[in-house]
Amino acid sequence: MDLSFGPEYDTFRNEVKAFLTDQKSASPKGPGFGNDGKAWQRTLIEHGYTARTIPKAYGGYGAEPDILKSRIIAEEFSSAGVSQGLGGQGISMLVPTLLELGTEEQKQQFIKPTIDGDLVWCQGYSEPGAGSDLASLRTSAVLDGDEWVINGQKIWTSTAHLADWIFCLVRTEPDAKKHHGISFLLFDMKTPGIEIRPLVDMTGAANFNEVFFTDVRVPKDQIVGNRGQGWQVANSVLGHERDMLGNPNAALGRLNALFDLMNTETLAGQKLIDHPVYRDRLMQIQGRVMALRFNDMRILSSRLNPGQDATLARLIVKLQGTELRHDLEGLAIDAMGELGLAYEDNPYLRDSGSWQNQYMYQLGLIIGGGTSQIQKNIISERGLDMPREPRIAK
Amino acid sequence: MEFGLSEEQTLLVDSTSRFLRDQVSLDVVRKIAAGDSTDENVWSGLAELGIPALLISEDAGGINLGTMEAALIAEVLGFHVTPGPFISTAAMATTALSASKRVDLLSEMATGNCRVGVAFSEAVGARDKAGVTVTNGKLNGTALFALDAEAGFYLVATNQRTIYLVDRTDLECRNLTTIDKTRSTCELVFDNSSAELISEDPEVFARSLDMGRIMLSADTLGAAQNMLDQAVVYAKQREQFDRPIATFQAVKHMCAEMAAQLEPCRSMVWYAAHAFDELPLESRLVACHTKAHISEVGKFVARTSTEVHGGMGFTDLVGLHYWFKRIGFNRQLLGAPELLREEAAKLQGLVA
Repeated sequence: MDLSFGPEYDTFRNEVKAFLTDQKSASPKGPGFGNDGKAWQRTLIEHGYTARTIPKAYGGYGAEPDILKSRIIAEEFSSAGVSQGLGGQGISMLVPTLLELGTEEQKQQFIKPTIDGDLVWCQGYSEPGAGSDLASLRTSAVLDGDEWVINGQKIWTSTAHLADWIFCLVRTEPDAKKHHGISFLLFDMKTPGIEIRPLVDMTGAANFNEVFFTDVRVPKDQIVGNRGQGWQVANSVLGHERDMLGNPNAALGRLNALFDLMNTETLAGQKLIDHPVYRDRLMQIQGRVMALRFNDMRILSSRLNPGQDATLARLIVKLQGTELRHDLEGLAIDAMGELGLAYEDNPYLRDSGSWQNQYMYQLGLIIGGGTSQIQKNIISERGLDMPREPRIAK
Repeated sequence: MEFGLSEEQTLLVDSTSRFLRDQVSLDVVRKIAAGDSTDENVWSGLAELGIPALLISEDAGGINLGTMEAALIAEVLGFHVTPGPFISTAAMATTALSASKRVDLLSEMATGNCRVGVAFSEAVGARDKAGVTVTNGKLNGTALFALDAEAGFYLVATNQRTIYLVDRTDLECRNLTTIDKTRSTCELVFDNSSAELISEDPEVFARSLDMGRIMLSADTLGAAQNMLDQAVVYAKQREQFDRPIATFQAVKHMCAEMAAQLEPCRSMVWYAAHAFDELPLESRLVACHTKAHISEVGKFVARTSTEVHGGMGFTDLVGLHYWFKRIGFNRQLLGAPELLREEAAKLQGLVA
């Protein structure tokens, strides 16, 4: 057991702290790809605090991968409450995929504008008939001369209305088995034949969309990997997504906010924290946050020490982390009583309505990115070596 | 940065597991639980492996390993529902006596020849008509649920959290039957009993208690892991509707949920053990949360694994109930979850 990162990392941590003290005022207040966000992104890339390991040739900082330095950056930015730069599916999912499987031309063309925030992407995976069973997707792409001709529909497409380009799974080999008939295409969202309809979610936001393709013509070479290999390409991306959902360090931030709320808000003249039942529930949540943070330390350690196996510890993060967040946000609402009902422009709203919004948003995350039930299939099959459910013969 | 087991720790776990697998089968446990045999052989076998000496300093004949090693052993013992005085003698009493001048007693304990029981329950939460008081250096009263009915000495915490050492011949010891017959517990009755003051420092009591709570957590971790393992094995063997029940999602999801809740508990036990030795500022809070959380997870696993076994889980034949009861015992002893969470809240200044 050695929980310290070592002296060279202490020096690095101090550098990050000094940067944050110095530059914090220039950081944007909210998320997004506006001018503030892009300027901050450039500053971060110059200092190696984002796009850190992306080669210089593609517009990144070009550092050697160092898990602990990346962790230190994340920790320090998070505790200072400073944006760690632009996010979104292009930066977090497509760029790592292109680095791994893209052609040299694709890397040159797409990576720099994407990490600079000049090229915004959306992800075209799910379809009305292909959710948990994603590989059954039916949007088709047929080669006609030098172009793919795409027809079909995508759903749950986050930020499609803001995106410049899409990375999209389409069926190119209708006669192959379902996992072997898919290809991974990249194309401009301004191509004729694309229609976007917003999908309002339960929080009232319209972040998701339905996207319809009618005879959309896309140059033949805008494919990542070979024809029919799209499923493998996408899986390298989904691995990146699974690592993001359920992060216990984000839960710690919310737990601290919940402590503040329960220490200030009152009910019948008593602080919420003074009600033994709510206090007990808060302590239950604190214990669960602790358990997942220590689990996260074990995962980090296994990445640094190849002999350590943390397979099961990793497989459970999305399931446990999203369920924990939902319960955490729900406790705030329960403890507030009627105040927990306040919404939108209600003058009695607390913390800008974040408890109500997050309670619902976290339910979205329990479902999205592989539902809790799909996670349990994965845990039992890959973690406990239990058999798959037999398929029904058609 | 390394958050995991060293090679030496893995070897220690492996050698102890091998001994328990070979020498302390469920049949052996059954005989001890039924009162047809004692835990003497188990404890002397563990003594040959150095287990009682684990936390004892070298000058007292021990091998001076850390709380992490002790927790790993507690986990293995829980996994095999092993009888014996590990938590009382080797962990809690060793912690309390190491802060005292009774090095001579520690040397005896290190060999496995001397067992020192622990009677702390009244200081954690005194019952009506129980509790220990001191008058002119003599003890009076009753201590319930003392660990290890076969001990030669007992460390007794008064309601004021002062710790005394009492020779077995100076008290009356009555066996108390509990749900968990792999553990021996007793009621100690004091009638002007001679006692030796070990510590008036509440911190000594608290450290010993923290140690006990971490070991009980590790024991539950091991017991729950075994119940999960048994559920998975059983589900793969048992066939209904012409297929193994492990292919039904209803069954797989029960197992996945057990694994999802239990796996972080392993890291939690490691961290709590590490914190006990190295992180004094957070050690007590982590110990409270660890026992509270693992007790909740253990309860869920105990119930769910039994359900995966269907009717067989309810029988004595399979013997799953030994683990079920062990987890239940660990949950109640030295602070059940609600009490621990209230203590956690107090430690953070949250209780007015």
